[in-house]
Amino acid sequence: MKFRARAETLLWGAQRASAAVLGVCVLVHLVTILYAVRGGLSGAEILSRTRGSLGLALFYGAFVVAVAIHAPIGLRAILRENTRWRGASLDLAMAAFGAFLVWFGWRAVGGLFG
Amino acid sequence: MNRPHRAHPAWWAFAVHRVSGLALTLFVPLHFWALGMAIAGEAALDGFVRWTDNPLVKLAETGLVVLLAAHLAGGLRLLGVEFLPWSPRQKTAVAASAGFALAAGLLFLFNVTAA
Amino acid sequence: MEPTLKVSIWRGRDDGGFAQYDVPRRDSQTVLDVVTHVQRHLEPTLSYRFACRVGMCGSCAMTVNGKARWTCRTHVSKVVGADGALEIAPLANLPVIKDLATDMSVFFDKWAQAKGRFVGTATRHDAFATVAPASPQRQAANAGIECIGCAVCYSACDLVSWNPDYLGPAALNRAWTLVNDVRDAGNEARIEMVAGDAGCHSCHSHQSCREHCPKSLNPTASIAGLKRATLAAAWKGGA
Repeated sequence: MKFRARAETLLWGAQRASAAVLGVCVLVHLVTILYAVRGGLSGAEILSRTRGSLGLALFYGAFVVAVAIHAPIGLRAILRENTRWRGASLDLAMAAFGAFLVWFGWRAVGGLFG
Repeated sequence: MNRPHRAHPAWWAFAVHRVSGLALTLFVPLHFWALGMAIAGEAALDGFVRWTDNPLVKLAETGLVVLLAAHLAGGLRLLGVEFLPWSPRQKTAVAASAGFALAAGLLFLFNVTAA
Repeated sequence: MEPTLKVSIWRGRDDGGFAQYDVPRRDSQTVLDVVTHVQRHLEPTLSYRFACRVGMCGSCAMTVNGKARWTCRTHVSKVVGADGALEIAPLANLPVIKDLATDMSVFFDKWAQAKGRFVGTATRHDAFATVAPASPQRQAANAGIECIGCAVCYSACDLVSWNPDYLGPAALNRAWTLVNDVRDAGNEARIEMVAGDAGCHSCHSHQSCREHCPKSLNPTASIAGLKRATLAAAWKGGA
């Protein structure tokens, strides 16, 4: 398969694979939030659950990566279909956005865990 | 109706999926920023959480929950369209997604407002 | 029931405007009957296409009150607006030659680009190919082969409007029927052509194609099949 066709296909594949992962993560997250907000929320409450919890850190760490793959690919489609922006500069910008999300998300996970 | 060719459930589901996806993409960096306050310690995080006790914020959060649930349900629907054998129950799938999103929003609203 | 239809018909090319005609209402009248009446009795210079008049050829496809449909199969009573209003325009997403006739070249060019042509390997000296009719592949092919290339789906597709390179539902549906044809030898090239944003990956499953198809075909499902097939090919290793 030629490069362009293969690249687009694998991008689509990555978006669907990350979607499947997010299907699980978001469901867990929604249930957790619905449960956690009962009786009010506080910084102490959140941290008491996340501080030192390797399990939660790994879960949310993976969640961040899945979002960082999924969102930029989706945004790329929206921009290509609704603006004139396309090509390498858009691809680069979306990749940068994905990298930013990983960094910013893991930073937050680290802050909640450490 | 301006565009009659769009007047069917699967199209509305697409519109909801796209708008919710865009909204969530814009929200997620803010979410990471807010949670990142934990780096500065419990007081900083708690300060932010206190700010969200405002009813308008709670309403906005409810909206976000609806958008997230809608995007999740719609996304699962699409994974079904693309990977599972075709189902004639497309409209049912759209309706179920909408129902799930509404239920999640109502449950959230209830949980944040009930004493 | 209003005795007179207030019909707006597109006149001109891509630039143009709607002209108004009063057409007497009749029982069991179709939109094609209305257009025919206008051309015969009111406006001889009106250009439009039709052929079979009985819902087989797809030539009479036009945009009626904003929706692409076969005008010979559209009863006026089903679509007429309040106070007898009817709006007839050429198919969307295609250049207008004149009035209600569109230039279908790009639609068929995309059919060819999608490698919508059977690539055979057998000759008259070979035995007939045996294809099990109940096999999943044959059933998948059968589900899409009734397409007559009327361009209603192409006209209804928003991705065709948003992405001028997009091959469109009909071409991709056709490609899928050939991907499933066990006799066909052209699938490597075909899979390549239908991958990417000109191909199946532009489809966001709006399903307008399926909703509008007068033959109840399902290009959305065919395109989903192409998505799976292209992923398998890309995953197994590029050329």
